[in-house]
Amino acid sequence: MGVIDVTNVSFAYERDLVLENISLTVEKEDFLAIIGPNGGGKSTFLKLILGILKPNNGTVRVLGNEPSKNLSHIGYVPQNTNVNTDFPIKVIEVVMMGHVGGKRPLFGYGEGEIGCAMGALAQVGMEAYADKKIGSLSGGQRQRVMIARALCAHPSILILDEPTASIDVAGQRDIYELLKELSKSVTIIVVSHDISVILEYANKAAHINKTLSYHDISNKEKSFPAHARGEHFCEVELLQMLGSKSSCDTSEREKKWRTKP
Amino acid sequence: MIEALSYGFIQHALIAGVLVSLASGIIGSLIVVNRMVFLAGGIAHASYGGIGMAVFLGLPIFLGASIFAVAAALLVSVLTLKKRERIDTFIGLIWAVGMAIGVILIDITPGYNVDMMSYLFGSILAVSSEDLYFMGALLGVIVAVMLFWYRDILAVSYDSEYAALRGVHVRFFYTLILILSALTVVIAIKVVGLILVIAMLTIPVYIAEKLSNSLAQMMLYSGLIATLFTLTGLAASYTYNLTSGASIIVISAVGLGLFLLIDKVKRVS
Repeated sequence: MGVIDVTNVSFAYERDLVLENISLTVEKEDFLAIIGPNGGGKSTFLKLILGILKPNNGTVRVLGNEPSKNLSHIGYVPQNTNVNTDFPIKVIEVVMMGHVGGKRPLFGYGEGEIGCAMGALAQVGMEAYADKKIGSLSGGQRQRVMIARALCAHPSILILDEPTASIDVAGQRDIYELLKELSKSVTIIVVSHDISVILEYANKAAHINKTLSYHDISNKEKSFPAHARGEHFCEVELLQMLGSKSSCDTSEREKKWRTKP
Repeated sequence: MIEALSYGFIQHALIAGVLVSLASGIIGSLIVVNRMVFLAGGIAHASYGGIGMAVFLGLPIFLGASIFAVAAALLVSVLTLKKRERIDTFIGLIWAVGMAIGVILIDITPGYNVDMMSYLFGSILAVSSEDLYFMGALLGVIVAVMLFWYRDILAVSYDSEYAALRGVHVRFFYTLILILSALTVVIAIKVVGLILVIAMLTIPVYIAEKLSNSLAQMMLYSGLIATLFTLTGLAASYTYNLTSGASIIVISAVGLGLFLLIDKVKRVS
Protein backbone atom coordinates (compact mmCIF):
# COMPACT_ATOMS: atom_id res chain seq x y z
CA MET A 1 0.00 0.00 0.00
CA GLY A 2 1.29 3.41 -0.92
CA VAL A 3 0.82 6.77 0.76
CA ILE A 4 -1.77 7.60 -1.86
CA ASP A 5 -3.65 4.91 -3.78
CA VAL A 6 -5.77 5.95 -6.71
CA THR A 7 -7.59 2.99 -8.25
CA ASN A 8 -9.52 3.04 -11.53
CA VAL A 9 -10.76 6.57 -10.97
CA SER A 10 -12.97 8.31 -13.50
CA PHE A 11 -14.39 11.79 -13.09
CA ALA A 12 -16.73 14.02 -15.11
CA TYR A 13 -17.93 17.52 -14.24
CA GLU A 14 -20.94 17.28 -16.53
CA ARG A 15 -21.07 14.54 -19.12
CA ASP A 16 -17.60 14.66 -20.62
CA LEU A 17 -15.01 12.64 -18.81
CA VAL A 18 -12.14 14.74 -17.47
CA LEU A 19 -10.27 11.77 -16.06
CA GLU A 20 -10.68 8.25 -17.39
CA ASN A 21 -9.78 5.10 -15.50
CA ILE A 22 -6.77 6.47 -13.67
CA SER A 23 -4.68 4.39 -11.34
CA LEU A 24 -1.63 5.61 -9.48
CA THR A 25 0.25 4.68 -6.35
CA VAL A 26 2.43 7.23 -4.64
CA GLU A 27 5.05 5.71 -2.36
CA LYS A 28 6.43 7.20 0.81
CA GLU A 29 8.94 10.00 0.18
CA ASP A 30 8.32 10.06 -3.55
CA PHE A 31 8.79 13.35 -5.36
CA LEU A 32 6.08 13.08 -8.00
CA ALA A 33 5.79 15.59 -10.83
CA ILE A 34 2.41 15.84 -12.52
CA ILE A 35 2.55 17.41 -15.96
CA GLY A 36 0.19 17.72 -18.86
CA PRO A 37 -1.63 20.25 -21.02
CA ASN A 38 -4.05 22.87 -19.67
CA GLY A 39 -7.48 21.37 -19.25
CA GLY A 40 -5.94 17.91 -19.15
CA GLY A 41 -7.30 17.25 -15.66
CA LYS A 42 -4.27 17.96 -13.45
CA SER A 43 -6.07 20.23 -11.01
CA THR A 44 -9.11 17.95 -10.98
CA PHE A 45 -6.80 15.10 -10.04
CA LEU A 46 -5.41 17.15 -7.12
CA LYS A 47 -8.93 18.01 -5.96
CA LEU A 48 -9.78 14.31 -5.90
CA ILE A 49 -6.76 13.60 -3.72
CA LEU A 50 -7.68 16.52 -1.43
CA GLY A 51 -11.23 15.25 -1.14
CA ILE A 52 -12.73 18.45 -2.58
CA LEU A 53 -14.21 16.35 -5.38
CA LYS A 54 -15.48 12.77 -5.23
CA PRO A 55 -14.74 10.36 -8.09
CA ASN A 56 -17.62 9.01 -10.19
CA ASN A 57 -15.94 5.63 -10.31
CA GLY A 58 -13.03 4.06 -8.49
CA THR A 59 -11.46 4.93 -5.16
CA VAL A 60 -8.96 7.42 -3.77
CA ARG A 61 -7.22 6.43 -0.54
CA VAL A 62 -4.85 8.62 1.44
CA LEU A 63 -2.90 6.57 3.98
CA GLY A 64 -5.50 3.88 3.54
CA ASN A 65 -8.45 6.14 4.31
CA GLU A 66 -10.92 8.53 2.69
CA PRO A 67 -9.12 11.80 1.81
CA SER A 68 -11.52 13.93 3.87
CA LYS A 69 -10.71 11.86 6.97
CA ASN A 70 -7.00 12.45 6.61
CA LEU A 71 -6.91 16.18 5.88
CA SER A 72 -4.34 16.86 8.56
CA HIS A 73 -1.86 14.57 6.82
CA ILE A 74 -1.98 16.59 3.63
CA GLY A 75 -0.31 19.96 3.25
CA TYR A 76 -1.65 21.92 0.30
CA VAL A 77 -0.18 24.93 -1.51
CA PRO A 78 -2.82 26.35 -3.84
CA GLN A 79 -2.14 27.61 -7.32
CA ASN A 80 -2.42 31.34 -7.10
CA THR A 81 -0.86 32.89 -4.03
CA ASN A 82 -0.78 36.41 -5.41
CA VAL A 83 -4.42 37.12 -4.69
CA ASN A 84 -5.46 39.36 -1.84
CA THR A 85 -1.99 40.88 -1.39
CA ASP A 86 -3.47 44.08 0.10
CA PHE A 87 -4.93 42.09 2.97
CA PRO A 88 -3.58 43.35 6.30
CA ILE A 89 -2.18 40.12 7.64
CA LYS A 90 1.20 39.18 9.06
CA VAL A 91 3.26 36.31 7.71
CA ILE A 92 3.00 34.41 10.98
CA GLU A 93 -0.81 34.69 10.91
CA VAL A 94 -0.92 33.23 7.40
CA VAL A 95 1.24 30.31 8.50
CA MET A 96 -0.94 29.65 11.54
CA MET A 97 -3.96 29.09 9.30
CA GLY A 98 -2.34 25.75 8.52
CA HIS A 99 -3.23 24.35 11.95
CA VAL A 100 -6.13 21.94 11.87
CA GLY A 101 -8.66 21.42 14.64
CA GLY A 102 -7.03 19.95 17.71
CA LYS A 103 -6.97 21.71 21.02
CA ARG A 104 -6.91 25.46 20.84
CA PRO A 105 -7.07 28.20 23.41
CA LEU A 106 -10.25 30.17 24.09
CA PHE A 107 -8.86 33.31 22.44
CA GLY A 108 -6.21 33.76 19.78
CA TYR A 109 -3.37 31.33 19.28
CA GLY A 110 -1.64 28.95 21.68
CA GLU A 111 2.06 29.20 22.42
CA GLY A 112 2.60 25.74 20.99
CA GLU A 113 0.92 26.80 17.77
CA ILE A 114 3.10 29.91 17.48
CA GLY A 115 6.25 27.86 18.12
CA CYS A 116 5.18 25.32 15.53
CA ALA A 117 4.49 28.05 12.95
CA MET A 118 7.89 29.64 13.61
CA GLY A 119 9.44 26.21 13.09
CA ALA A 120 7.68 25.87 9.74
CA LEU A 121 8.91 29.35 8.75
CA ALA A 122 12.45 28.39 9.74
CA GLN A 123 12.16 25.29 7.54
CA VAL A 124 11.59 27.50 4.50
CA GLY A 125 14.11 30.12 5.61
CA MET A 126 11.55 32.86 6.29
CA GLU A 127 11.56 33.17 10.09
CA ALA A 128 12.99 36.70 9.90
CA TYR A 129 9.83 37.84 8.10
CA ALA A 130 7.29 36.55 10.65
CA ASP A 131 5.98 40.00 11.59
CA LYS A 132 6.05 41.49 8.07
CA LYS A 133 2.85 42.19 6.18
CA ILE A 134 2.28 39.50 3.56
CA GLY A 135 1.84 42.11 0.81
CA SER A 136 5.36 43.46 1.35
CA LEU A 137 7.00 40.17 0.28
CA SER A 138 8.10 39.19 -3.22
CA GLY A 139 6.30 36.45 -5.12
CA GLY A 140 8.96 33.87 -4.27
CA GLN A 141 8.99 34.78 -0.59
CA ARG A 142 5.20 34.60 -0.49
CA GLN A 143 5.34 31.15 -2.04
CA ARG A 144 7.73 30.05 0.71
CA VAL A 145 5.29 31.33 3.30
CA MET A 146 2.50 29.30 1.67
CA ILE A 147 4.72 26.23 1.82
CA ALA A 148 5.36 26.96 5.52
CA ARG A 149 1.59 27.21 6.03
CA ALA A 150 1.21 23.76 4.47
CA LEU A 151 4.05 22.38 6.62
CA CYS A 152 2.54 23.83 9.78
CA ALA A 153 0.31 20.83 10.42
CA HIS A 154 3.29 18.44 10.02
CA PRO A 155 1.83 16.72 6.97
CA SER A 156 3.25 13.50 5.58
CA ILE A 157 2.20 14.56 2.08
CA LEU A 158 2.79 17.97 0.50
CA ILE A 159 0.78 18.88 -2.59
CA LEU A 160 1.68 21.95 -4.65
CA ASP A 161 -0.29 23.30 -7.61
CA GLU A 162 1.96 25.27 -9.98
CA PRO A 163 4.22 26.57 -7.19
CA THR A 164 6.49 28.57 -9.49
CA ALA A 165 3.96 30.02 -11.94
CA SER A 166 4.63 33.65 -11.03
CA ILE A 167 8.23 33.55 -9.85
CA ASP A 168 11.42 34.49 -11.72
CA VAL A 169 13.85 31.77 -12.79
CA ALA A 170 16.25 32.14 -9.85
CA GLY A 171 13.33 32.04 -7.44
CA GLN A 172 12.00 28.90 -9.12
CA ARG A 173 15.31 27.09 -8.54
CA ASP A 174 15.22 28.13 -4.87
CA ILE A 175 11.72 26.74 -4.44
CA TYR A 176 12.67 23.44 -6.06
CA GLU A 177 15.84 23.15 -4.00
CA LEU A 178 13.67 23.67 -0.94
CA LEU A 179 11.24 20.98 -2.09
CA LYS A 180 14.11 18.60 -2.75
CA GLU A 181 15.31 19.15 0.81
CA LEU A 182 11.79 18.60 2.15
CA SER A 183 11.33 15.44 0.09
CA LYS A 184 13.76 13.66 2.39
CA SER A 185 11.03 13.50 5.02
CA VAL A 186 7.77 14.31 3.20
CA THR A 187 6.07 12.85 0.15
CA ILE A 188 5.80 15.59 -2.46
CA ILE A 189 3.41 15.98 -5.37
CA VAL A 190 3.91 18.96 -7.68
CA VAL A 191 1.81 20.03 -10.63
CA SER A 192 3.95 22.11 -12.92
CA HIS A 193 4.56 23.49 -16.37
CA ASP A 194 8.32 23.89 -15.87
CA ILE A 195 8.98 20.47 -17.28
CA SER A 196 12.74 20.46 -17.56
CA VAL A 197 13.22 21.94 -14.09
CA ILE A 198 10.73 19.72 -12.36
CA LEU A 199 12.07 16.55 -13.94
CA GLU A 200 15.48 17.39 -12.60
CA TYR A 201 14.18 17.23 -9.05
CA ALA A 202 11.38 14.68 -9.22
CA ASN A 203 11.90 10.94 -9.06
CA LYS A 204 8.51 10.04 -10.52
CA ALA A 205 6.54 11.70 -13.28
CA ALA A 206 2.91 11.37 -14.26
CA HIS A 207 1.51 12.86 -17.44
CA ILE A 208 -2.20 13.54 -17.23
CA ASN A 209 -4.34 14.26 -20.22
CA LYS A 210 -7.62 12.53 -19.45
CA THR A 211 -5.63 9.35 -19.05
CA LEU A 212 -2.48 8.97 -17.02
CA SER A 213 0.92 7.63 -17.92
CA TYR A 214 3.46 7.07 -15.23
CA HIS A 215 7.26 7.02 -15.30
CA ASP A 216 9.93 6.23 -12.80
CA ILE A 217 12.66 8.75 -13.52
CA SER A 218 14.71 8.29 -10.39
CA ASN A 219 17.70 7.25 -12.49
CA LYS A 220 18.34 10.49 -14.35
CA GLU A 221 21.33 9.30 -16.43
CA LYS A 222 19.32 6.41 -17.74
CA SER A 223 16.16 8.35 -18.37
CA PHE A 224 17.65 11.50 -19.79
CA PRO A 225 21.12 10.82 -21.15
CA ALA A 226 21.27 14.13 -22.96
CA HIS A 227 20.22 16.01 -19.90
CA ALA A 228 22.76 14.21 -17.75
CA ARG A 229 25.46 15.51 -20.05
CA GLY A 230 24.38 18.99 -19.12
CA GLU A 231 22.46 19.70 -22.29
CA HIS A 232 18.94 21.02 -22.42
CA PHE A 233 16.34 18.79 -23.96
CA CYS A 234 13.37 19.66 -26.02
CA GLU A 235 10.29 20.02 -23.86
CA VAL A 236 7.82 19.38 -26.64
CA GLU A 237 9.35 16.03 -27.41
CA LEU A 238 9.59 15.20 -23.74
CA LEU A 239 5.93 15.94 -23.27
CA GLN A 240 4.95 13.92 -26.28
CA MET A 241 7.02 11.03 -25.10
CA LEU A 242 5.74 11.04 -21.55
CA GLY A 243 2.23 11.30 -22.86
CA SER A 244 2.45 8.76 -25.63
CA LYS A 245 2.89 5.54 -23.75
CA SER A 246 2.97 4.37 -20.22
CA SER A 247 6.35 2.76 -20.54
CA CYS A 248 9.07 2.46 -23.08
CA ASP A 249 12.47 0.86 -23.07
CA THR A 250 15.58 2.93 -22.79
CA SER A 251 17.09 2.24 -26.16
CA GLU A 252 14.01 3.51 -27.93
CA ARG A 253 13.94 6.50 -25.63
CA GLU A 254 17.53 7.37 -26.39
CA LYS A 255 16.76 7.45 -30.07
CA LYS A 256 13.88 9.80 -29.46
CA TRP A 257 15.76 12.26 -27.29
CA ARG A 258 17.37 15.01 -29.22
CA THR A 259 19.10 18.02 -27.84
CA LYS A 260 18.05 21.42 -29.02
CA PRO A 261 19.99 22.51 -32.08
CA MET B 1 -20.02 74.63 22.92
CA ILE B 2 -19.05 73.23 26.34
CA GLU B 3 -22.47 74.11 27.79
CA ALA B 4 -24.03 71.91 25.10
CA LEU B 5 -22.55 68.88 26.86
CA SER B 6 -24.97 69.35 29.73
CA TYR B 7 -28.00 68.58 27.52
CA GLY B 8 -29.18 64.98 27.73
CA PHE B 9 -29.77 64.64 24.02
CA ILE B 10 -26.24 65.85 23.24
CA GLN B 11 -24.81 63.32 25.68
CA HIS B 12 -26.85 60.61 24.02
CA ALA B 13 -25.64 61.74 20.61
CA LEU B 14 -22.02 61.58 21.71
CA ILE B 15 -22.33 58.13 23.28
CA ALA B 16 -24.20 56.84 20.22
CA GLY B 17 -21.54 58.34 17.97
CA VAL B 18 -18.74 56.54 19.82
CA LEU B 19 -20.59 53.18 20.00
CA VAL B 20 -21.56 53.23 16.33
CA SER B 21 -18.08 54.36 15.27
CA LEU B 22 -16.38 51.50 17.09
CA ALA B 23 -18.86 48.95 15.72
CA SER B 24 -18.56 50.24 12.17
CA GLY B 25 -14.76 50.29 12.45
CA ILE B 26 -14.70 46.57 13.24
CA ILE B 27 -17.44 45.51 10.84
CA GLY B 28 -16.35 47.97 8.13
CA SER B 29 -12.91 46.31 8.18
CA LEU B 30 -14.51 42.91 7.60
CA ILE B 31 -16.74 44.30 4.85
CA VAL B 32 -13.78 45.85 3.04
CA VAL B 33 -11.39 42.88 3.28
CA ASN B 34 -14.16 40.52 2.20
CA ARG B 35 -15.06 42.85 -0.72
CA MET B 36 -18.65 43.13 0.45
CA VAL B 37 -19.07 46.91 0.20
CA PHE B 38 -21.76 46.77 -2.48
CA LEU B 39 -23.43 44.00 -0.53
CA ALA B 40 -23.52 46.10 2.64
CA GLY B 41 -25.00 48.95 0.59
CA GLY B 42 -27.73 46.61 -0.61
CA ILE B 43 -28.56 45.49 2.90
CA ALA B 44 -28.57 49.12 4.16
CA HIS B 45 -31.10 50.19 1.55
CA ALA B 46 -33.18 47.04 1.93
CA SER B 47 -33.55 47.82 5.62
CA TYR B 48 -35.72 50.78 4.60
CA GLY B 49 -38.34 48.12 3.95
CA GLY B 50 -37.99 47.20 7.61
CA ILE B 51 -38.49 50.80 8.67
CA GLY B 52 -41.67 50.89 6.58
CA MET B 53 -42.81 47.62 8.12
CA ALA B 54 -42.17 48.91 11.66
CA VAL B 55 -44.11 52.11 10.97
CA PHE B 56 -46.98 50.17 9.39
CA LEU B 57 -47.25 47.63 12.21
CA GLY B 58 -46.43 50.08 15.01
CA LEU B 59 -43.27 48.22 16.03
CA PRO B 60 -40.07 49.85 17.29
CA ILE B 61 -38.09 51.10 14.28
CA PHE B 62 -34.88 49.32 15.34
CA LEU B 63 -36.70 46.00 15.59
CA GLY B 64 -38.34 46.29 12.17
CA ALA B 65 -35.16 47.44 10.47
CA SER B 66 -33.10 44.69 12.16
CA ILE B 67 -35.50 41.93 11.12
CA PHE B 68 -35.55 43.14 7.53
CA ALA B 69 -31.77 43.66 7.31
CA VAL B 70 -30.98 40.26 8.79
CA ALA B 71 -33.48 38.62 6.43
CA ALA B 72 -31.78 40.39 3.51
CA ALA B 73 -28.38 39.18 4.78
CA LEU B 74 -29.59 35.58 5.02
CA LEU B 75 -31.10 35.82 1.54
CA VAL B 76 -27.77 37.09 0.17
CA SER B 77 -25.95 34.27 1.96
CA VAL B 78 -28.20 31.64 0.37
CA LEU B 79 -27.94 33.27 -3.04
CA THR B 80 -24.12 33.40 -2.94
CA LEU B 81 -24.20 29.67 -2.23
CA LYS B 82 -26.49 28.93 -5.18
CA LYS B 83 -25.65 31.49 -7.83
CA ARG B 84 -22.35 33.13 -7.06
CA GLU B 85 -21.79 34.54 -10.56
CA ARG B 86 -25.12 36.41 -10.49
CA ILE B 87 -24.75 37.83 -7.00
CA ASP B 88 -24.34 41.49 -8.06
CA THR B 89 -27.69 41.36 -9.87
CA PHE B 90 -29.41 39.99 -6.79
CA ILE B 91 -27.83 42.60 -4.53
CA GLY B 92 -29.13 45.31 -6.87
CA LEU B 93 -32.57 43.74 -6.67
CA ILE B 94 -32.59 43.52 -2.87
CA TRP B 95 -31.34 47.11 -2.74
CA ALA B 96 -34.22 48.53 -4.79
CA VAL B 97 -37.05 46.18 -3.82
CA GLY B 98 -36.41 46.69 -0.10
CA MET B 99 -36.65 50.46 -0.50
CA ALA B 100 -39.76 50.19 -2.66
CA ILE B 101 -41.50 48.03 -0.05
CA GLY B 102 -40.60 50.59 2.61
CA VAL B 103 -41.99 53.51 0.60
CA ILE B 104 -45.26 51.70 -0.13
CA LEU B 105 -45.77 50.57 3.48
CA ILE B 106 -45.33 54.16 4.64
CA ASP B 107 -47.75 55.34 1.91
CA ILE B 108 -50.50 53.06 3.17
CA THR B 109 -49.94 53.78 6.87
CA PRO B 110 -52.89 55.98 7.82
CA GLY B 111 -52.10 59.43 9.17
CA TYR B 112 -48.38 58.90 9.31
CA ASN B 113 -46.39 62.01 8.55
CA VAL B 114 -43.12 61.75 10.47
CA ASP B 115 -40.16 63.00 8.51
CA MET B 116 -38.74 59.93 6.76
CA MET B 117 -35.71 61.98 5.80
CA SER B 118 -34.31 61.28 9.28
CA TYR B 119 -33.85 57.62 8.34
CA LEU B 120 -32.20 58.48 5.06
CA PHE B 121 -29.76 61.00 6.53
CA GLY B 122 -29.65 60.13 10.21
CA SER B 123 -31.12 61.63 13.36
CA ILE B 124 -28.41 61.36 15.96
CA LEU B 125 -29.98 64.10 18.10
CA ALA B 126 -33.04 61.90 18.61
CA VAL B 127 -31.26 58.91 20.16
CA SER B 128 -33.19 57.42 23.10
CA SER B 129 -31.82 55.46 26.06
CA GLU B 130 -33.24 52.25 24.55
CA ASP B 131 -31.35 52.98 21.34
CA LEU B 132 -28.14 53.29 23.35
CA TYR B 133 -28.73 49.93 25.06
CA PHE B 134 -29.28 48.31 21.67
CA MET B 135 -26.09 49.87 20.27
CA GLY B 136 -24.06 48.93 23.33
CA ALA B 137 -25.33 45.35 23.28
CA LEU B 138 -24.51 44.98 19.59
CA LEU B 139 -21.00 46.34 20.08
CA GLY B 140 -20.57 43.87 22.95
CA VAL B 141 -21.68 40.98 20.74
CA ILE B 142 -19.37 42.08 17.92
CA VAL B 143 -16.36 42.34 20.23
CA ALA B 144 -17.14 38.95 21.79
CA VAL B 145 -17.49 37.28 18.39
CA MET B 146 -14.18 38.79 17.26
CA LEU B 147 -12.32 37.68 20.38
CA PHE B 148 -13.75 34.22 20.20
CA TRP B 149 -13.51 33.47 16.50
CA TYR B 150 -10.85 35.89 15.32
CA ARG B 151 -8.64 33.24 13.75
CA ASP B 152 -11.51 31.56 11.93
CA ILE B 153 -12.88 34.85 10.65
CA LEU B 154 -9.36 35.85 9.58
CA ALA B 155 -8.88 32.54 7.75
CA VAL B 156 -12.24 32.76 5.99
CA SER B 157 -11.63 36.40 4.99
CA TYR B 158 -8.08 35.89 3.73
CA ASP B 159 -8.40 32.56 1.92
CA SER B 160 -11.79 30.86 2.21
CA GLU B 161 -10.84 27.91 0.00
CA TYR B 162 -7.88 27.05 2.18
CA ALA B 163 -9.87 27.62 5.36
CA ALA B 164 -12.43 25.09 4.13
CA LEU B 165 -9.66 22.54 3.55
CA ARG B 166 -8.49 23.07 7.12
CA GLY B 167 -11.92 22.24 8.45
CA VAL B 168 -13.18 25.79 9.11
CA HIS B 169 -16.94 26.10 8.57
CA VAL B 170 -16.75 28.79 5.89
CA ARG B 171 -20.50 29.20 5.30
CA PHE B 172 -21.20 29.72 8.98
CA PHE B 173 -18.63 32.49 9.33
CA TYR B 174 -19.61 34.12 6.05
CA THR B 175 -23.22 34.24 7.20
CA LEU B 176 -22.16 35.49 10.64
CA ILE B 177 -20.19 38.36 9.05
CA LEU B 178 -23.26 39.23 6.93
CA ILE B 179 -25.63 39.25 9.91
CA LEU B 180 -23.31 41.41 12.03
CA SER B 181 -22.93 43.75 9.04
CA ALA B 182 -26.70 44.01 8.71
CA LEU B 183 -27.13 44.88 12.40
CA THR B 184 -24.28 47.38 12.30
CA VAL B 185 -25.86 49.05 9.29
CA VAL B 186 -29.09 49.36 11.27
CA ILE B 187 -27.48 51.17 14.21
CA ALA B 188 -25.42 53.33 11.85
CA ILE B 189 -28.67 54.47 10.19
CA LYS B 190 -29.46 56.36 13.38
CA VAL B 191 -26.19 58.27 13.18
CA VAL B 192 -25.61 58.97 9.49
CA GLY B 193 -28.71 57.56 7.75
CA LEU B 194 -28.95 54.64 5.39
CA ILE B 195 -27.81 56.51 2.31
CA LEU B 196 -24.58 57.63 3.97
CA VAL B 197 -23.85 54.39 5.83
CA ILE B 198 -21.43 53.10 3.20
CA ALA B 199 -19.12 56.08 3.61
CA MET B 200 -19.00 55.53 7.36
CA LEU B 201 -18.16 51.85 6.87
CA THR B 202 -15.43 52.44 4.31
CA ILE B 203 -13.61 55.79 4.72
CA PRO B 204 -12.03 55.13 8.15
CA VAL B 205 -11.26 51.56 7.06
CA TYR B 206 -9.45 52.76 3.96
CA ILE B 207 -7.14 54.93 6.06
CA ALA B 208 -6.66 52.23 8.70
CA GLU B 209 -5.76 49.62 6.09
CA LYS B 210 -2.73 51.67 5.04
CA LEU B 211 -1.54 51.95 8.65
CA SER B 212 -2.08 48.34 9.74
CA ASN B 213 -0.15 45.09 9.61
CA SER B 214 -2.96 42.91 10.83
CA LEU B 215 -6.72 42.70 10.69
CA ALA B 216 -7.09 43.28 14.44
CA GLN B 217 -4.98 46.43 14.21
CA MET B 218 -7.05 47.58 11.23
CA MET B 219 -10.28 47.12 13.21
CA LEU B 220 -8.93 49.07 16.16
CA TYR B 221 -7.57 51.93 14.03
CA SER B 222 -10.77 52.08 11.97
CA GLY B 223 -12.83 52.33 15.13
CA LEU B 224 -10.67 55.13 16.53
CA ILE B 225 -10.55 57.06 13.25
CA ALA B 226 -14.33 56.69 12.82
CA THR B 227 -14.82 58.00 16.37
CA LEU B 228 -12.62 61.01 15.62
CA PHE B 229 -14.55 61.80 12.42
CA THR B 230 -17.94 61.31 14.08
CA LEU B 231 -17.18 63.59 17.05
CA THR B 232 -15.60 66.24 14.81
CA GLY B 233 -18.59 66.01 12.48
CA LEU B 234 -21.01 66.39 15.37
CA ALA B 235 -19.13 69.45 16.61
CA ALA B 236 -19.24 70.98 13.13
CA SER B 237 -22.92 70.12 12.84
CA TYR B 238 -23.70 71.80 16.20
CA THR B 239 -21.57 74.87 15.53
CA TYR B 240 -22.83 75.63 12.02
CA ASN B 241 -26.32 74.16 12.39
CA LEU B 242 -25.86 71.51 9.69
CA THR B 243 -27.33 68.03 9.23
CA SER B 244 -25.28 65.77 11.49
CA GLY B 245 -24.99 62.70 9.26
CA ALA B 246 -23.88 64.69 6.25
CA SER B 247 -21.40 66.68 8.39
CA ILE B 248 -19.80 63.44 9.64
CA ILE B 249 -19.41 62.12 6.11
CA VAL B 250 -17.96 65.39 4.77
CA ILE B 251 -15.52 65.56 7.68
CA SER B 252 -14.53 61.95 6.94
CA ALA B 253 -13.97 62.76 3.29
CA VAL B 254 -11.84 65.79 4.21
CA GLY B 255 -9.91 63.58 6.64
CA LEU B 256 -9.32 61.03 3.90
CA GLY B 257 -8.13 63.77 1.53
CA LEU B 258 -5.69 65.10 4.13
CA PHE B 259 -4.43 61.60 4.85
CA LEU B 260 -3.79 60.87 1.18
CA LEU B 261 -2.02 64.23 0.77
CA ILE B 262 0.26 63.64 3.78
CA ASP B 263 0.88 60.07 2.62
CA LYS B 264 1.91 61.36 -0.81
CA VAL B 265 4.15 64.11 0.57
CA LYS B 266 5.82 61.58 2.87
CA ARG B 267 6.46 59.22 0.01
CA VAL B 268 7.95 61.95 -2.19
CA SER B 269 10.32 63.24 0.49
